[in-house]
Amino acid sequence: MAEQMAVSREQQQATELAFKQRKLGYRVKKSRVSYAMLAPYFILFFLFTVLPVVISIAFSFTYFNMLEPPTFVGWKNYIKLFLEDDIFLISLKNTLIFAVITGPISYILCLLFAWIINEFSGKLRAFLTLIFYAPSICGNAYMVWNLILTGDRYGYLNGILLKLGIIDEAVLWMKTEKYVLPVLIVVQLWLSLGTGFLSFIAGLQTVDKSLYEAAALDGVKNRWQELWYVTLPSMKPQLMFGAVMQITQSFAVADISIQLAGNPSVNYAGATVVTHLLDYGSGGRMEMGYASAIATVLFLLMIGTNKLVQRVLRRVGQ
Amino acid sequence: MSKNKDKKKKRLFKRRPREKKLNRSMAGNTLLFVIMFICGVFMALPLVMIINNALKPLDEIFQFPPKIFVRNPTLENFSDLFVLMNSSWVPFSRYILNTIIITGGGMVGHVLCASLAAYPLAKHDFPGKKILFNMVVLSMMFSWTVTQIPQYLIISWLHINNTYAALILPACSFGMGLYLMKQFMEQLPDSLMESARLDGASEWRVFWSIVMPNVKPAWLTLAIFQFQQMWGNTGSLFLRDEELKPLQYALQQITAGGTARAGAAAAVTFIIAAVPIIFFLICQSNVLETMTTSGMKD
Repeated sequence: MAEQMAVSREQQQATELAFKQRKLGYRVKKSRVSYAMLAPYFILFFLFTVLPVVISIAFSFTYFNMLEPPTFVGWKNYIKLFLEDDIFLISLKNTLIFAVITGPISYILCLLFAWIINEFSGKLRAFLTLIFYAPSICGNAYMVWNLILTGDRYGYLNGILLKLGIIDEAVLWMKTEKYVLPVLIVVQLWLSLGTGFLSFIAGLQTVDKSLYEAAALDGVKNRWQELWYVTLPSMKPQLMFGAVMQITQSFAVADISIQLAGNPSVNYAGATVVTHLLDYGSGGRMEMGYASAIATVLFLLMIGTNKLVQRVLRRVGQ
Repeated sequence: MSKNKDKKKKRLFKRRPREKKLNRSMAGNTLLFVIMFICGVFMALPLVMIINNALKPLDEIFQFPPKIFVRNPTLENFSDLFVLMNSSWVPFSRYILNTIIITGGGMVGHVLCASLAAYPLAKHDFPGKKILFNMVVLSMMFSWTVTQIPQYLIISWLHINNTYAALILPACSFGMGLYLMKQFMEQLPDSLMESARLDGASEWRVFWSIVMPNVKPAWLTLAIFQFQQMWGNTGSLFLRDEELKPLQYALQQITAGGTARAGAAAAVTFIIAAVPIIFFLICQSNVLETMTTSGMKD
């Protein structure tokens, strides 16, 4: 009897311990080291990144011109955005077209070029990496396109097309409504080998080499099969990272539009959500409440896209 | 003794030289080379233009229609630039020092903070892990043009306005670095850390001497991104004193001089692009080097 009691007490103690371990307080205490490691970054992160975002979202419900203190206006900014602001709707449409086309293509280009460059070896590879990353490292590199797209006969593109007899007279590329968006898309694609590209290059270095030998024994025949069955599955974390960076880039396009097409552009053909935001924000009409509302809508749009893309990426290599 | 034999056996088995990769055809290689060459010409355009412009004498800079290649290369633009530098109100060496502090501080601080926080997020299990990580990913999706104003308010509230810290501390908190580091650390096999823990190493030690060396490609890449970011920062929003401003600001002041300084401006564009390129090459050659030395993953 007493023995049984002792056993059951032991059991009780064990379940108590298990219960305790599941308890939040215990787990927090046990992870002291983890929290200590997180602390330096996350203190700064909350102060300089989270707090500003929260304040901005709060601003989106106010009228705030940066001179007087903000006044609460409820949903008014959002209602105005979708019901009254025609230009916002144009810029939203442009941004979506832009993102849907440049997003996936840029992403695949990043991956493809990173992978091809990885096929070369030694100095040639370092050189190629630099050449392909050059548009991203040279600051305002897209100014080259101003030369190419100049609207008179001396623009390079006009010159070539005239010589080939494809067009009869010089085209004002960035001042003709129907050309603006396609040209911006091409320039953006040219600029696309940036953050994602370099992280893929780094990711390819960490793929375990012995996997390739094993795959060859398992009957992988060519480099394409190798890419799909070995390389891509082993760099899934980098693929996820690249996708998020791609989303943030393709939805936030503004600089190239402003530099090449101007802001406002012809009939708002090159307007994007962010150019519209800049128009209202600190550089333009100083309507920070309204600008914050635009930023919040863009934020939600990106979150939704991210959810969708992550779901697709989970199926790589299957 | 027997260990040595084992090693030899392994080496015999892996005799295939590294350059010769499996599953590669000659035709495929040639095709790839041709594609790379054609695309490479287009991608190299800005680089070619910046170099040529910096070497052009004034009459070629203003030539119409503009040509990409220089005909009579000269270093005049650079000597013009040095004259302008010497006549600046604050000695130019001061700007260079500021840039070293701001760029170096922002880069090293960010890489260290982000890596340190990424390790527990990738490899430990603790309450709140998922929320913290998701917050970091989401934070990258909010337009920074809008958050600049609240950020300015916070920096004034902390009284770090007009100090280096106003640029360095926010730079340490960017979301991208943590995300990048976490993704790479996730790939490390747990056994790697476990054996170090069994040897009695603390988590800090595991982080510093096991995790970090094994994700070298990641933090070198992050250093490139962060260097570019910090190098391009003129600091005009937070720094008032001329003595605190970085090189980028001073160089842009020179280009703001208009057509009279077009030559010096071309030299400035060259320098602004050249410094990150040099840094890029140093880091990138190390990223690629790690491949040959680290075969140490199970």
